[in-house]
Amino acid sequence: MHENAREKIARFIKAKEPAEIVFVRGTTEAINLVAYSWGLRNLKKGDEVLVSLMEHHSNIVPWEILSKMNGFTIKYAKVNNDGTLNYEDFESKFSSKTKIACLSHVSNVSGVVNDVKRIAKVAHDHGALMLVDGAQSVPHMAVDVKDLDMDFLAFSGHKMLGPTGIGALYGKKELLEKMAPFQGGGEMIKEVSFSQAKERCDISWNDPPWKFEAGTPNICGGIALMEAIKYLEKISITEVLKHEKQLAEYAVKRMRECSKVTLHGPADLSLRCGIIPFSVEGLSSHDVALFFDNYGIMIRSGFHCAQPLHQVFKLQSSARASFYIYNTREEIDRFIEALKEIEQV
Amino acid sequence: MPSVEDYVARIEGTCGEEKDIIVVFKYDKKDEAIANILKKAQLKNSLSGIIFELAFRDISFRVYSSGKAIFRGIKSKEALNNILAALLL
Repeated sequence: MHENAREKIARFIKAKEPAEIVFVRGTTEAINLVAYSWGLRNLKKGDEVLVSLMEHHSNIVPWEILSKMNGFTIKYAKVNNDGTLNYEDFESKFSSKTKIACLSHVSNVSGVVNDVKRIAKVAHDHGALMLVDGAQSVPHMAVDVKDLDMDFLAFSGHKMLGPTGIGALYGKKELLEKMAPFQGGGEMIKEVSFSQAKERCDISWNDPPWKFEAGTPNICGGIALMEAIKYLEKISITEVLKHEKQLAEYAVKRMRECSKVTLHGPADLSLRCGIIPFSVEGLSSHDVALFFDNYGIMIRSGFHCAQPLHQVFKLQSSARASFYIYNTREEIDRFIEALKEIEQV
Repeated sequence: MPSVEDYVARIEGTCGEEKDIIVVFKYDKKDEAIANILKKAQLKNSLSGIIFELAFRDISFRVYSSGKAIFRGIKSKEALNNILAALLL
């Protein structure tokens, strides 16, 4: 069943074959896997890694750590004031030194959907790889890794009705074959034979994806993720996106009734998913979140692990409302009622 | 002899530049904790019995009926413990 789960995930994101799916704990581990398995051996002084300023810390920190070890340069592409990617700046930063471009498909702060296909083409034209953080896209929209031509895609199970501690890394098979293992242990080897002559062990790696899955796998997690995908497919992932967009449009319209509320992100809702960052005049995002908590409404507050983007927005922190298939218009009405009360504080 | 730990489940720093501190009271002691605080701190504002905006010494803070409090301008863990001891015990 564990391998059935791999097959299901592969089909869900239109991968060529299940061997292109590596089970990981989540998006963060997937990106770290690429950084350490591929980056550690392929990035050196003089090379460049391109990252955008809207990235989650999990798509910044591994590259910063590795940069200090290997001495390569990281270039940060600009984000416009409304949270959209500055494509001209991103594309202008590519050169023959660029080895990999790392970009989120959907911003976890603003919900902005990036044209990763466009960036992937520019990356490939420069001989660079394209890594996409799909944590906020795979659960919400149809993602076709072949059509988008991404080399790596990272995503998590817990954002798509699955449990925590399970996620997947998609990697093109020819890349996974060339990459060294991430962790050592059982399952990721074909053979470990002790040589009397050398007094050492000769080790041969397993084939991908098992080469990257040392130790006992999270079997329950993988199967649960498969069931979550089946459930999403039953609804249809395009219906999921449609539902979220309808809710987001309704929420934004109603939030504009609130005079002390400032909405962040692009005004054009067609550029974004069901994520709405906002601030309430005179209150910290944490006050806002704690207030909603009293009404049984959960929102996120703080930097959302994306401090550089908050620097772009010139915000100390932000509150974030987000929607999924289980949310309703009635819940948004309750949210607005609570928001109007918060304005009185 | 009661202690701060009898009332407090968790203390966490907020994520953001504000550097506020959130105190989460133990679920079964939250009503008692809030009642103690309201007796000792100066009530500046309240909203529907849900949020209490308070001041104590030179510290302003908010208490939420869900059992959380958010403090700002506290310089150290020791200073926070002193404030909590004075408010709760």
